[in-house]
Amino acid sequence: MAEAALREGGDRSVPALGASSHRSDDAVATYGLTKRFGHQVAVDSVELRVPRGAVYGFLGPNGSGKTTTIRMLLGLIMPTAGRHDLLGEPFQEKAGAILPRVGALCEGPAFHPYLSGRANLARLDAADRTADPRTVKRRIDAALERVGLTAAAGKRYRAYSLGMRQRLAIAAALLTPRDLLILDEPTNGLDPQGTREVRALVSGLAAEGATVMLSTHLLSEVEQICTHVGVMHQGKLVTQGSLAQLRARAQRRVRVETERPEAAAETLTALGLAEVTTGPGTAEGLLGELAPEKIVATLVHDDVPVRGFGVVAPDLEDMFVELTGEGFDVSA
Amino acid sequence: MSVREATPYVPKPVSTRFLRSELMLIFGRRRNWAGMAALAAIPIIIAVVMKLWPGGGGGPDFFNQIANNGLFVSLAALTAELPLFLPLAVAAIAGDSVAGEANTGTLRYLLAVPVDRTRLLAVKYLGVVIFAFAAVALVAATGMLIGLLLFGGGDVLLLSGSMVGFGEGVLRVLGVVLYLGVCLSALGAIGVFVSTLTEQPIGATIAIMVLTVLSFILDQIEQLDWLQPYLLTHHWMDYGEFLRDPVDLGALVPGLLVAAAYTGVFLAGAWARFAGKDVSS
Ligand SMILES: Nc1ncnc2c1ncn2[C@@H]1O[C@H](COP(=O)(O)OP(=O)(O)O)[C@@H](O)[C@H]1O
Ligand SMILES: [Mg+2]
Repeated sequence: MAEAALREGGDRSVPALGASSHRSDDAVATYGLTKRFGHQVAVDSVELRVPRGAVYGFLGPNGSGKTTTIRMLLGLIMPTAGRHDLLGEPFQEKAGAILPRVGALCEGPAFHPYLSGRANLARLDAADRTADPRTVKRRIDAALERVGLTAAAGKRYRAYSLGMRQRLAIAAALLTPRDLLILDEPTNGLDPQGTREVRALVSGLAAEGATVMLSTHLLSEVEQICTHVGVMHQGKLVTQGSLAQLRARAQRRVRVETERPEAAAETLTALGLAEVTTGPGTAEGLLGELAPEKIVATLVHDDVPVRGFGVVAPDLEDMFVELTGEGFDVSA
Repeated sequence: MSVREATPYVPKPVSTRFLRSELMLIFGRRRNWAGMAALAAIPIIIAVVMKLWPGGGGGPDFFNQIANNGLFVSLAALTAELPLFLPLAVAAIAGDSVAGEANTGTLRYLLAVPVDRTRLLAVKYLGVVIFAFAAVALVAATGMLIGLLLFGGGDVLLLSGSMVGFGEGVLRVLGVVLYLGVCLSALGAIGVFVSTLTEQPIGATIAIMVLTVLSFILDQIEQLDWLQPYLLTHHWMDYGEFLRDPVDLGALVPGLLVAAAYTGVFLAGAWARFAGKDVSS
């Protein structure tokens, strides 16, 4: 099961370049996507696979390359190497046809400060050649309604609070029906109430069939609303897959309590467990594919006096700390 | 996969929606109203001063003609504003065109809409051109109105000494407006180019003004007479040709060619710079 999950996940090997015959049906697929700023590699050979219909949490600490990746996905900056497909189409050739189906939020909201929220949305809609001018008022009203900005629609943007600004940016992403939403830190700077509202909004959009890729530095956000996760660390995608797959992939440890940890460790090593360690009165090792019962039986057979025995499955937090060497902010 | 419109909208090959939105940004902005009010104030100040303290001479100078015919308020005001106020107005709009959107961060959202980068530059430049013509027209129209009000109209004495009817005089002022509009549009092309180089609109505006003033200075240095015909501003004053009889349109050709050359070169430069640029603002 875990094996199959692994192969299903991000570890598929894919030809990096010039593979025009290879088309993924994923909503987002990147092939060796790389961005260098001078000597710094901000994004390093990233192979994203965001399945259709997923709510994909693009998780990573600040500075890990999430925004840079999203800028490349949207064509704002050019990759140093690699390429990507959106909605099954090669981006380089088809950007103009794909992007109208993609709603985006990138590095926070940005609007003309002296225009009202409504005028700002009208401005963006006017720039969209594919948007129907006959329905613009209805679509703007619906988008404002959806993010709860109807009452403040006539206010100048510069009078908006950070939460209102963030919601206006989401409204802009919802002006026309979208198949894919790429949202860079959509809950950044929101109060708990605003955060809940945005998360509910994202879940609602996903329920309507849109694929959502959202970046975040909050593990709790991923656990609450995401079906899939990709973890960035120092420009590299260190793991990705569905949450279920990742949990299954988590390395379970066995912990033996005994007066003779050295003997227990010998048995564990003999059974083929990796990373066997001993502490005062304990011995530990990675469980791997072994059945825990077999370990207990062998320990008893080897005359190791077992006082206690346990299998510890790490939670996602532990896993990500292990993967990235840093914790994720689990507040909020 | 989400619900699409039942009858999908088929985009028109050419739509003016984005351009209209751009014009609303330019002409709806309070800062720009203030700028346009300043442009329109100059002919009013000139006319009022000439009314209160009528000057002596009766030479060919536009100012001296004002007492005879209000139409000359237009020409006097254009002459007065051409060295600084009009280029500054165009530099402010052109400098803001791309750098302003980069500065507020709206550039990334426009590009993600998506707006094709070539189309974005085209709309931005068209907005600048329309503003340039509107600014010159505003000065001329305000001058004409206040001039007629304070000094009346009547036949127009041309630089070459002959007289033409008032209607033809108005047409000739219109010719001046169009010619200066073209000249300032060339400055606008330089401005849009500079605007693609930075995220600081004020910096872009200052750089454009520095280039303009530099062109005026070089145009004054005798040793550079071989260079002067190619300077951006060298032919701007050629609009006086519209006040000769008959108008020799051929005399305007060098100015139009220089304007076209600057426009072509700098728009190409703007495109080369912007088409593949990383937008990380
Ligand atoms: N335009 C740029 N020029 C130079 N370095 C940049 C630029 N944009 C991002 N970086 C660097 O790339 C790294 C990744 O940044 P970013 O993608 O913004 O991370 P995240 O969104 O995950 O916080 C950071 O070290 C950042 O300093
Ligand atoms: Mg970021």
